[in-house]
Amino acid sequence: MNRRFSKRMLVIATAFAATAVLMGTTACSSSAPEQSSSSGGSGDTVKIGLVTKTDSNPFFVKMRESAQESAKENGAELIALAGAFDGDNEGQVAAIENLVSQGVDGIMITPNSSSGILAAIKKARDQGILVVALDTATDPEDAVDATFATDNLAAGVAQGKWVKAALGDKAPKLLMLDGTPGGTVDTFRHDGFLQGMGLSEDSPEVLGMENTNGDQTKAQTAMENLLQRVPDANSLYTINEPAAAGGYAAIKAAGKQDQIVIGSIDGSCTGVENVKNGVIGATVMQFPTKMADEGVKAIVAFAKDGTKPKAGFNDTGSVLITDKPMSGLDSEDTAWGAENCWG
Amino acid sequence: MSTPTMATQSQNPPPPASLVRRATSSIVRAPLFGASVALIVAIIAFGIISPRFLAPGNISLILQQSVVIGILAVAQTLIILTAGIDLSIGAIAVLGTVVMAQTAGAVGPVSAILLTLIVCVALGSLNGGLSTLLHLPPFIVTLGTFTAIVAATHLYAGSQTFQVSDPLLTFLGTTFRIGDFVTTYGVVAMLLVYLVVGYALTQTAWGRHVYAVGGNPAAAKLSGVRSDWVTFSVYFFSGVIALIAAWAALGRIPNADPNAYQNANLETITAVVIGGTSLFGGRGGVLGTLIGTLIVGVLRNGLTLAGVDNLYQNIATGVLVIAAVAVDQIMRRRTAR
Repeated sequence: MNRRFSKRMLVIATAFAATAVLMGTTACSSSAPEQSSSSGGSGDTVKIGLVTKTDSNPFFVKMRESAQESAKENGAELIALAGAFDGDNEGQVAAIENLVSQGVDGIMITPNSSSGILAAIKKARDQGILVVALDTATDPEDAVDATFATDNLAAGVAQGKWVKAALGDKAPKLLMLDGTPGGTVDTFRHDGFLQGMGLSEDSPEVLGMENTNGDQTKAQTAMENLLQRVPDANSLYTINEPAAAGGYAAIKAAGKQDQIVIGSIDGSCTGVENVKNGVIGATVMQFPTKMADEGVKAIVAFAKDGTKPKAGFNDTGSVLITDKPMSGLDSEDTAWGAENCWG
Repeated sequence: MSTPTMATQSQNPPPPASLVRRATSSIVRAPLFGASVALIVAIIAFGIISPRFLAPGNISLILQQSVVIGILAVAQTLIILTAGIDLSIGAIAVLGTVVMAQTAGAVGPVSAILLTLIVCVALGSLNGGLSTLLHLPPFIVTLGTFTAIVAATHLYAGSQTFQVSDPLLTFLGTTFRIGDFVTTYGVVAMLLVYLVVGYALTQTAWGRHVYAVGGNPAAAKLSGVRSDWVTFSVYFFSGVIALIAAWAALGRIPNADPNAYQNANLETITAVVIGGTSLFGGRGGVLGTLIGTLIVGVLRNGLTLAGVDNLYQNIATGVLVIAAVAVDQIMRRRTAR
């Protein structure tokens, strides 16, 4: 009987130990920001929520770090949340709801889907919370108070123009490593690139497209297969720099480095380094730091005296980075790129 | 409990001790014990840490956030009770949302729901049929159907997101109030699914057969249970439940997105396991799963309110899953003697 009882105690102890571990995590993390004291609505410090698409993408990691820094400078407190994967609308809606529950003054969000989370955003705004979109606009745009983002169509155009100029007199034989099917940003860049090249979706010069989800491994596999079909391709569009790196690995393995011009977008430090080393011909840099900083400033201003930011799309700009400048195209070299890159 | 009968907790011999000890022992033995303690401790702890946590609005939020996974987890519980597993249940529901949203314009909302029911039940039956007729392991069958269904959803949707505005299709997202407490019909639907399936499992012959098939298939067969039919029926009903989850998903986010709910399968398994249902079948039940779902919801919400990083939340959930299985194993060893 005693032995059985002690076994039973072991079970209970395990259950309690497990919960204790969890509570431990909670306790030490929650004591750090000291926010639970300012519970009665708007305390003295401004509370800002940030909801990114995922936790793991370096672009969003940088955006989050910048937001953290900017919040600190402006005397605000930042709570960063994210979806679990690209396309996790449910996760982003839950994040918004939890931030509202927590009594934030404003929310910055990089929407996974331009329309999937509008109801949650509306509920937040109805409670007097300022909502700004970063990186990706909502549809309709006025579903949020303001948008701070790269003009991805313009960035795509710049990328396309450079690739076309780099090809010179050669007729394009184009391959495209796309991002996620149906993604807003992905579509803008894709369309912009074709526009910059002077092509359209069904031009005969476009010889192959594959979705890569912006993933280096998937991009490499896709490029290996595309090269089997189109061995004489001479230009490559990539949705981002990891896709470009994957594409280049396949091209190098096939010994076609000198045959194919690669254009990309993003502006990460790895990407700029790749441009410098000749892996990527040119990349278009975007500025997540600026997006986060302007978002934080807008919310702090709103919390102080109710000033709203300029409604609609606020372009945070993009810059073509290459060591092979083409006449008629504004660009910066990789030294400038290395100073201004992220991640 | 080494006798080859249905291994439900109610059949443990009563210990020859005082009434108090007997009462405590039967509570501790229940597989729900660990999960209930964890839920109660978590609620109390978060209530102390953040005064907002216990506000009615916040409790309602946790329930609303639990609806879709909570409903799907009922189907997962049924399947795991038969010692199976369903990796495709989330994908079936996502396809359901797309079918519902895309057909509603042409045939009207009622027909769209019926059509979706047919699709969901057909896919559930496909899983059940392959598992029982060909005797393939459910893990393999549903791994295969999962991959195919995700691709089929993208093809059917043309990788587009469909917005839904029909009041019937978004019905489960509509709010109503009981006193100060505002909640959605989706929450009611989830609780109803738990009630109905809980009743069927504990009060009907079919329910006892589900436990028997999972607990000891050989013994079940010898006592005249038609195992294949019972197993098949569980996959069939999981299709019905997937429809309800799809409907609830459109209520929560009026957007049918083929990329949504990628982790739903794993999240349902998490809820089931935390709720004390054994992955080896025959032990557990939907009440545990409801508690498991709520634990995950409470943890996510509470840790967010406490300002804890998303990634730490994932660590906490992972630890909880392992702790839950450890508790199950210890109890198993104890009752096996």
